Amino acid sequence: MSSGTLSEITILPGHDKHGNPEQFDQIVIRPGDTLSIVGPTGSGKTAFINDIEVFACNDTATGRTVLVNGEIPAEEFVRDPSKKPIALITQNTKCLADMSVEAFLAMHVRARKMSGSAIVAETIELANQFTGEQIHAGCRITALSGGQTRSLMVADAVLISNAPLILLDEVENAGIFREKVIEVLKEHQKSVIFVTHDPLVSLLSDRRVVMRHGGVEKILQPDGREVHIREMVARMDLTLCRFRERIRAGELLTEKGFTV
Amino acid sequence: MKLVIIAGPPSAGKTAVTRQIIRHFLGTKKCAFLKIDVVRAFEDEELRDEFHIPARKIYSGDLCPDHTGVMVLKDAISWADGLGTDIFIVESAGLCLRCSPYVTQSLGIVVLSAVSGMNSPLKMGPMISLADVAVITKTDLVSQSEKEVFREKTKEVAPAIDIIETNAIQGTGLRYLMRSIDQQAEISDPSTIILRGIPPLGVCTICVGKREIGWQNHFGVVRKLDGADDIFRGD
Repeated sequence: MSSGTLSEITILPGHDKHGNPEQFDQIVIRPGDTLSIVGPTGSGKTAFINDIEVFACNDTATGRTVLVNGEIPAEEFVRDPSKKPIALITQNTKCLADMSVEAFLAMHVRARKMSGSAIVAETIELANQFTGEQIHAGCRITALSGGQTRSLMVADAVLISNAPLILLDEVENAGIFREKVIEVLKEHQKSVIFVTHDPLVSLLSDRRVVMRHGGVEKILQPDGREVHIREMVARMDLTLCRFRERIRAGELLTEKGFTV
Repeated sequence: MKLVIIAGPPSAGKTAVTRQIIRHFLGTKKCAFLKIDVVRAFEDEELRDEFHIPARKIYSGDLCPDHTGVMVLKDAISWADGLGTDIFIVESAGLCLRCSPYVTQSLGIVVLSAVSGMNSPLKMGPMISLADVAVITKTDLVSQSEKEVFREKTKEVAPAIDIIETNAIQGTGLRYLMRSIDQQAEISDPSTIILRGIPPLGVCTICVGKREIGWQNHFGVVRKLDGADDIFRGD
């Protein structure tokens, strides 16, 4: 399935941990959509994206069903990772192979039976837009930081996997440029679902799915109503980023007050 | 009764997969379980406590666990059948990558761990190539790229194998495994069950190529399901 043939993914309701049916008709995700899944720990956020990742058909603990273009997807889209229209990147996802970044990406390109060496360089270039710590083609994969690894995996999902839907489970912990990731994913017409505790990521998403007791409690669509807070949080985030960079650079931060 | 034989290297997640199978069929089918291990095993007690199903174990000690499997399997099938079992699951210690414990009239499942390194499928011969299904566990822990390459290498060893990727603790993606078990034919005649593969060269009856299951068909080092404990002489 190329990104061209995926027009929408539909999530049909299941039930929460107590067996109560979820109160929504359907959640439709189209190319370029950004969703955040929010809620306390244990509220079912990860289970929600796992349902999407395995294309649940009323056979998981939540009883949800996931459709592709309005239908139960063909078996090969579900089972063959090279045909699957979904890439899942979690906090636990690691690159274990002890090889160079370049060789690692080339290996994935070969597994996909794609041609051209340009895509490897493009992927590294894109990954470098997501992280402040430069990734070089000759770096060992196993020596990359958490942020570099996550950046590389997102870039790989966008360009090499070319997955139309990307699921990111709490990637904000890895210290990547979240705004840039969202911007690039939109640019490439990717849909993205964030499981997140991060205010900025939540506010940058088009829709927020609020989880409670294992079920979807409500779906918020701010439609611009949060713009003032979003801009404020973005400025706060930028300020924190700058402080972080200065601390990393070995500076003492001695300003007497700071305007956000 | 259906026979399901599960093999795979240590810590691949064989028991996690077994748990998911038992949990899935609980209430609709009667499962029984046999663990074949070398020195110590606890899976039988764990599964008996958790699911209240008949479960037992046998230690191979100085014997190869797959050799032990061949010796005791005929007795074990009678034991499970006598209890009115629908699905009899045999889990092998899975130490020797040259042998493979799968027999005819069974569903052979190899459990492989995605974190064991992308070349690991190439290092295991018949344990993969003679299996019907490869369940690749811990796929939630590795990158997309490594997941795809692991799959390619498994296909290289066994082009026709049915590959199922899962986080076996959560049980994600196992619907196709359950379908394979559903579709598996029952044992038609236990007396005609033989090992699928040719074992490695050696000097015992199994090693020289006698593949019929049951200690009655062998001589030299033989072992019955009951009262075999004293054969173990190792440290």
